[in-house]
Amino acid sequence: MTAPLLSVKDLRVEFATRRGPLTALDGVSFDLAPGEILGVVGESGAGKSLTGLAIIGLLDPPGRIAGGEIRLAGERIDNLPPEAMRKIRGRRIGMIFQDPLTSLNPLLRIGDQLVETILTHTSLTQRQARERALALLTEVGIPAPEKRIDGYPHEFSGGMRQRVVIALALCAEPALVIADEPTTALDVSVQAQIIAVLKRLAREHHAAVILITHDMGVIAETADRVAVMYAGRIAEIGRVDEVVRDPLHPYAKGLMAAIPTLEGRAARLAQIPGAMPRLSAIPPGCAFNPRCPNVFDRCRIERPPPLAIGTRRAACWLYDRGEVASPAKEAVS
Amino acid sequence: MIAFIIRRLFASIGVLIAVGLIAFVLFRYIGDPVNQMVGIETPESERVALRQQLGLNDPAPVQALRFLANAARLDFGISYQFKQPVSELIGARMPATLELAFVASIMSLVAGIPMGVYTALHRRSALAKLFEALSLVGISLPTFLIGILLIYLFAVTLGWLPSFGRGDVVHIGSWWTTGLLTKSGLKSIIMPAITLALFQMTLIMRLVRAEMLEVLRADYIRFARARGLSERKVHFRHALKNTLVPVITVVGLQLGSIVAFSIITETVFSWPGMGQLFLQSVQNVDIPIMAAYLLFIAFLFVIINLVVDLLYAAVDPRLRVAIHGA
Repeated sequence: MTAPLLSVKDLRVEFATRRGPLTALDGVSFDLAPGEILGVVGESGAGKSLTGLAIIGLLDPPGRIAGGEIRLAGERIDNLPPEAMRKIRGRRIGMIFQDPLTSLNPLLRIGDQLVETILTHTSLTQRQARERALALLTEVGIPAPEKRIDGYPHEFSGGMRQRVVIALALCAEPALVIADEPTTALDVSVQAQIIAVLKRLAREHHAAVILITHDMGVIAETADRVAVMYAGRIAEIGRVDEVVRDPLHPYAKGLMAAIPTLEGRAARLAQIPGAMPRLSAIPPGCAFNPRCPNVFDRCRIERPPPLAIGTRRAACWLYDRGEVASPAKEAVS
Repeated sequence: MIAFIIRRLFASIGVLIAVGLIAFVLFRYIGDPVNQMVGIETPESERVALRQQLGLNDPAPVQALRFLANAARLDFGISYQFKQPVSELIGARMPATLELAFVASIMSLVAGIPMGVYTALHRRSALAKLFEALSLVGISLPTFLIGILLIYLFAVTLGWLPSFGRGDVVHIGSWWTTGLLTKSGLKSIIMPAITLALFQMTLIMRLVRAEMLEVLRADYIRFARARGLSERKVHFRHALKNTLVPVITVVGLQLGSIVAFSIITETVFSWPGMGQLFLQSVQNVDIPIMAAYLLFIAFLFVIINLVVDLLYAAVDPRLRVAIHGA
């Protein structure tokens, strides 16, 4: 296996509040190989977006990284000074946000936004940067880019804007792209196109992708591996085909059962009873224990660490065979 | 764009006609113009003759039309107290007021915008807290008090600046006079301009601060950061520009108010502008001046609003579509 591009270990994110710190992410660990696509799924508030923001160093105060470490190509990046971190953003880690309608500055031409980003990260001249901007727009599939480059964001449709956003995130050929629900705000008919563009570009530019979404369909089609998050922790992480076909963690099982299929049209969709706990009221032991169909005593007292099962890891006592997997020798497919 | 301006000009004419009719009502029905013009001993026969001569016996619509037609030619009649054409009186004093308002607006913008940006970006710094404390003073102290304090400090105690008047003025063209080209004129405008600018500056500072804080939370700011742009670019290229639309609105309307209501400042500093003229005309029930002043202020606001709309389009491309399509 090649050295991981990104290595997150025991990441813990806290929000300082008047009633003491709230832990929003706890013990999040995963590795990402170069060029790999990792899907991150979970309910709203499970910590998917926070994981992305923590990696790129854009947590809004009072949120902060309270523990663990993040390494990019072996180098620690979670404790860099702001200016050093800024140089990594855009150049080595790109990020795409949920809503393309609000991600672009409405007052600046898209060409100017592309050129300023290119100029920030390269030593190209103004003219060369514009050439590159045109090439990028062609790459993301914007028709007649030489006509559209001087347009303003409001002159583009939602799908076209998200293409521009992808072009902006890929300006400086980052080795890692974090896509935070890149299709949620788009029409269903456009979603597949955008995912296809993202996937093709990541492959062509050899970029690894963290694809955050709550759409299991997108993950199943796109990702190599998937991490299922629950209440700020990773419940299960492993190869997509395995996790989708045969989930181990009871929460992942519930999630997969809730995917509608054509065959099961007549039957009622499976639901997981209850709701995810608020950050201030995460129960002791396993965070999922109040909703878990397989709960037993140990789950209510002891918090399960990620346990290695084949190439996968699941944080569930059902799979405890006496040995506890250390995060250091985690499995990367 | 041209179509938009023409349409707006037609709308403006409508506004001005409406204000003109109000001015006419003021002119015709508040007090008796004849009584204002003649002495106590004037015999009734002369009064009747004057009434006929002024056309005051004509039907009201005819009089109104005549008033509007004259106003369109900038003929507002003769001032009761000065016995001079009103347009000449106002014309002679307009440069002083407009110059003062202009200098005060520039001052408030040049100081207010950077202070607003600074307090938004460095919310916890001591300097930002000082600015905010000062802005509270600026917004709550009445204008006349600031003017008097300034006079006491810089004119009476230190003797650096003149306490009243406009200094030496230079004529430009046939009727415009300016004090900005002479040393005494420049020295004279400092204190009145600061007095007038202080409130505007605090207003602009607080507005820019609030807008900046709002814009800095926007998605495109986070995306700009995620692209690794420098903080300076994020703040000044991406954020500040997005705060400008509301700032333009307020500054435009405030410029109108500065011109229209600089009366107190002009009185404190004996500034020979329109405010003083207006005050005198109120004291002496000099209706022609009041009517003309009313129309002038309406005209000013109409022009400012037009300019503000055009500036919107210059700043925000989304509004350009609305204007082009109009």
